[in-house]
Amino acid sequence: MPKPLPASVDATLDLLGRGAYVADRSLATALYLALKLGRPLFLEGEAGVGKTEIARVLAATLERKLIRLQCYEGLDVSAAVYEWNYARQMVEIRLSEAIGDRDRDALERDIFDDRFLIRRPLLQALEPSPDGPPVLLIDELDRTDEPFEAFLLEVLADFQITIPEIGTVKAEKPPVVVITSNRTREIHDAIKRRCFYYWVDYPDAAREREILKIKAPEAPAALSAEIVGFVQKLRGQDLFKLPGVAETIDWAHALTQLDCLALEPEIINNTLGTLLKYQDDIAKIQGSEAGRILADVKAELAMAGARA
Amino acid sequence: MNAAIEDLPEGAGGRLAENVMHFGRVLRAAGLPVGPGAVIAAVRAVEAVGLANRTDFYWALHAVFVNRRSQRELFDQAFHIFWRNPQILERMLSLMLPSIDTGDGDGEDKAEKQVSPRLAEAFAAGKQEAAQRREAEEEIELDAAMTWSDEERLRKKDFEKMSNEEIALARRAIGRLRLPILELPTRRFRPDRQRVRADMRATLKAALKTGGDIIPLKFRKRRTRHPPLVVLCDISGSMERYSRMLLHFLHAVTNDRDRVHTFLFGTRLTNVTRYLRYRDIDLALEKIAETVEDWSGGTRIGRCLHEFNNEWGRRVLGQGAVVLLITDGLDRDAGIGLGREMDRLHRSCRRLIWLNPLLRYDAFEPKSHGIRAILPHVDDFRPVHSLESLVQLAKILSEPGQRRHPGMSKWLEAAA
Repeated sequence: MPKPLPASVDATLDLLGRGAYVADRSLATALYLALKLGRPLFLEGEAGVGKTEIARVLAATLERKLIRLQCYEGLDVSAAVYEWNYARQMVEIRLSEAIGDRDRDALERDIFDDRFLIRRPLLQALEPSPDGPPVLLIDELDRTDEPFEAFLLEVLADFQITIPEIGTVKAEKPPVVVITSNRTREIHDAIKRRCFYYWVDYPDAAREREILKIKAPEAPAALSAEIVGFVQKLRGQDLFKLPGVAETIDWAHALTQLDCLALEPEIINNTLGTLLKYQDDIAKIQGSEAGRILADVKAELAMAGARA
Repeated sequence: MNAAIEDLPEGAGGRLAENVMHFGRVLRAAGLPVGPGAVIAAVRAVEAVGLANRTDFYWALHAVFVNRRSQRELFDQAFHIFWRNPQILERMLSLMLPSIDTGDGDGEDKAEKQVSPRLAEAFAAGKQEAAQRREAEEEIELDAAMTWSDEERLRKKDFEKMSNEEIALARRAIGRLRLPILELPTRRFRPDRQRVRADMRATLKAALKTGGDIIPLKFRKRRTRHPPLVVLCDISGSMERYSRMLLHFLHAVTNDRDRVHTFLFGTRLTNVTRYLRYRDIDLALEKIAETVEDWSGGTRIGRCLHEFNNEWGRRVLGQGAVVLLITDGLDRDAGIGLGREMDRLHRSCRRLIWLNPLLRYDAFEPKSHGIRAILPHVDDFRPVHSLESLVQLAKILSEPGQRRHPGMSKWLEAAA
């Protein structure tokens, strides 16, 4: 028996919480709608804000199979939908020739048989499964090109795929589809129109502290608060690439490994590479700027502590 | 907050659906791409989340109507006004009627005032467009066909020295220009006769046509496609005559192909890609004139490039874009921070070509700070002051060759 889908926005929020994903109510609403109305969820946002994770958590908590299609330039039908096993087909032709037992029509039927079909993610996602329809993650759609988008449009509209040699494969129950994009180019409106759109933003300080509590439980609370304060301040700076949640978590792990109990200017300078990934950005923050931000953070935390 | 939701008619279905539809129409008029399909989806979404919680209601509509980050602001404003005060709907609809003056307004609260001009603009645009088109049609009737010798003469003439009449002729010639950028191999394939790469799928299909007795090998090769083109054009005072001319060129290029992005900059950066897609050049130029606020002012190249790199670079420079930078390199900030931004831009694209109208002078010396900051980071440096130079540009872009043009070393020495 497949696990039932959540019945309300609150239940969706709970579901994500059970999968250790700290979500906004707004995200839960979009997700609930996508699940309830059977439309894809289109997640856009900067790298490292947890877009892919949503699909993973969804698959885990709903106990569905996760099928992931990683997009890249030139992704085509043979890599995304299906491919025939040509080598085996040729052997089959050769064999039937040697035996000479089959006429042409029979051979054609046999050659394009299920046995020779290699199923790729999109086709897999349409197949019935005892756990209920799978979660189909189409990751980084912006990396592929417009022709694939156009093809995807067709699949997402009817959840069916036509294989000329076999016929049309249609999903009994549509899979749960999550599409992510890093916005390295704009995805065509036609795709977005068919989805529920959600812009995954950087979390606010309170939410980010909550995320660290779950994702980096070994980090002491005081350190976590400083880390979050520092990262939040960095996001206000004029940087080429702002640090995402993934970087915050990495940094928390790194600092814990270094047995660090509180942020110091020196340790920040040494570990800034886990947070910022462009040399220009590192050069800008390293040294006095990092010290200044840290002082601000400590002052604010002290104030908050005094008030509490 | 929940009080407002009670203003909504109870019993969903009928009146709510109607209100959602009107809300959709308001959004559409304000420029969001909202079709009837979206409205139906929105009604379903609202039925699914229910009306108990205003936040859920907000995000349900948001999930359907918004599909770009930049639309969030507009949606937010529209939502709060529309669903707080349903009467505003009537005002909005009255705006849609052309007979009623859009300028009236007495005693609304401040928020309404902020938004309604934007919406009013959306309605007014329709009227203007029609008027524009009428004008354009009249113009075409007056158009005398340009003879070939005219064009020959015009080709070498500096844009700055052209009379109004000549400018009009040149613009028409530019409108006919095409920009054949060299095509690049993609990772997709198409059938081919050359026996280099076997296409197994096609081979097997062909084999079965003959009953499997013979297996005729089929072949394929890579498809080619032109890379995206990104144009950064300076519209400051010193460039004025040229940039107005070049806009015609950019319009022709944008309408000729996909994947062209155009940005104008003076003291700030404006993305005008969307406006250049209008088929009618006059309409496109008028829209641009409305949007761009820094015509014929100073130039802050470094700051504008910084904005481009941070905001747009990753979104439009993917997949190996070719960048045309059109500026005279005269920078109000004396090139401060410019070198770093140029370096970043250069590293993010396939090829960076600098078009500079100042190059028309034979005695041009790359001595200003701005020019010396830009030069080390460009792959080619060309004049752009006459039809002839535009034609040459087309030739350069269609030729295979090294990324950096051999002619560059001369300039680098001169700038050193």
